[in-house]
Amino acid sequence: MRALWRDTALWRDMPVRGRLLAGLLLVLLLAAPLFADRYLLSILILIFYFAYVGQAWNLMMGLAGQLSLGHALHVGLGAYVAAMLWVYFGIGPWLGVIPAIGVAALVGAAIAWLGCRFSIEGVYFALLTIAFAEFTRIAFDHFGAAGGAGGFFVPYQAQRLGEWWNLRGGQWLFYYVGLALATGAVVLTAWLKGSRLGYQWRALREDQQAARALGIDILAAKMKAATISSAMTAVGGVFYAFYYDSLFPAQVFGIGRSIELILAPIVGGLGTIFGPVVGAFILTPLGELLTAALEKLGVNAPGAKALFYGLTLMSIIFVRPDGVWPWLARACGLTGRRSGASP
Amino acid sequence: MSGIILNVVVQGVLTGLVYGLMALGLSVIFGIVRVVNFAHGEFAVIAMYAAFVLFRNFGLDPVAAMLPVAAVFFGVGYLLQSALINPFVGRAEHEQFILLVGLGMVIVNGLLMIFGPDARPVNLSYGLDSYEIGPLLIDKARLLAAAAAVVVAAILFGFFRLTALGTAIRACADNLIGAAVVGLDVKRLYALSFGIGLACVGAAGALMVTIADARPALAQAFTLQAFVIVIVGGLGSMSGALVGGVLIGVSEALAGFFFEPSMKSMFSFALLVVVLVLRPQGLMGRRA
Repeated sequence: MRALWRDTALWRDMPVRGRLLAGLLLVLLLAAPLFADRYLLSILILIFYFAYVGQAWNLMMGLAGQLSLGHALHVGLGAYVAAMLWVYFGIGPWLGVIPAIGVAALVGAAIAWLGCRFSIEGVYFALLTIAFAEFTRIAFDHFGAAGGAGGFFVPYQAQRLGEWWNLRGGQWLFYYVGLALATGAVVLTAWLKGSRLGYQWRALREDQQAARALGIDILAAKMKAATISSAMTAVGGVFYAFYYDSLFPAQVFGIGRSIELILAPIVGGLGTIFGPVVGAFILTPLGELLTAALEKLGVNAPGAKALFYGLTLMSIIFVRPDGVWPWLARACGLTGRRSGASP
Repeated sequence: MSGIILNVVVQGVLTGLVYGLMALGLSVIFGIVRVVNFAHGEFAVIAMYAAFVLFRNFGLDPVAAMLPVAAVFFGVGYLLQSALINPFVGRAEHEQFILLVGLGMVIVNGLLMIFGPDARPVNLSYGLDSYEIGPLLIDKARLLAAAAAVVVAAILFGFFRLTALGTAIRACADNLIGAAVVGLDVKRLYALSFGIGLACVGAAGALMVTIADARPALAQAFTLQAFVIVIVGGLGSMSGALVGGVLIGVSEALAGFFFEPSMKSMFSFALLVVVLVLRPQGLMGRRA
């Protein structure tokens, strides 16, 4: 814990105003279930989820520069492993999360190894990750024990509703678990970014040849990035499985899902600690507002939200490829004390 | 039995040639402008809807509709490259990727809002006609589409090999700085290339309605398929795109026959992984 504290430049480098704001936000979010209604809480849970999985992806792409466009694979593997262990063997998710992490991390490491060993890089690596995700999606469509294309369901059992130790419970439970995950991911990212490994990743991201010349073990660094990122993503998958109680291969593994989970870090700011959080806080409510507004107008437009996300993505990458957070941080005087760089 | 399999293979070859034309468009864009067009399948689906509307409202045959659709797509591609994509040439790959993923989302969901999620079929008067050659039974519509795809590809080959403009474009692909040094207007040539690439997709999309019904959900599958074909065939190799298309077409047809139609693209992705690992330059590509 002390090592974590020492290495995490997050708090130390944060200006007073930033500390105040971060503390205030955390207190507000901790107290939110006391005054917020169910709808608002459900949006906040979504925000936490996207901030969390976005953070996991951000580690791999933002810090280590490895573009994965198949991260839904790890969400899905985590979700299916934990849900199937629970339904078939009664193993609760707090325990089931360990094999879920194991499977996803193994697959993530294998993909990274393939990529590195056969020098599949950049766009090719992205396509490799997509190929694995799509392959798995179709395989699960035909995987009888997992329900196939018809979906896999975690049965609703009223008598188990209070069993938080089995992640069975109401909205409050998922709210606090989500908040803990999102906060934990921020702290972990901050710690990793300031660690030796984090510097290796950034060296790798900027110039692989130079990083190798410095004596950095490229294969090890890439595999660590993929393993940690897919392990984290799998935890998000377990959360997803038990929050929604239903899994469909097309919805869990689909390329649309992989793209959805990279939106927040890109809009917020790749490679920054708060980027994915800011991105999730911007995108999710906007999407919900749009849906609500269209509903009120009586317009039935199923593609409207995704169209809006597409436009957002294009404009952000056109106008502010570094994301919103670095600019926001500068505008609000929240930039780090040491380097002037945004945290 | 072998007669059925032969029929399945021939069907796969014919479908694969149309796939190949679509992938050719991607190969031109990816190989010359070096931009990953992640909205490629989305453009193909726009072309499918264009062919559908032209057929429904004017009774225009898709094989004929190919020409106006390709012409319009050329213009769209030229403008798109000049206005939107040129600033992204030379920028980080993920930024191009994200721009075009965003564009793809806008297109698919725009189509979804305009046409709805249902499949829109083009019912040709000769849609059920077929030729019987020995043990073979060949769909007329599919044969026409494949023949048209081959003709368009041949014109493109001729353009790149025989004309000065085509040679200039190839020069940009081979050596960008060299091309700029000898005074080629790289930006215009890039815009032309993107236009040509989109014209290919436009033509292929119009022909595709003879094989599949137009629906928005096809877009992402087409994008991925085009990338698979281009990488399997070899980046920058135009004949590779056609060969890759045929290979994927046949493998899909066989997978659909021996296993289940819904499993067919699984084999394409497995093939992609194998090719990336064993022969990253693709079947017909040169080693970078």
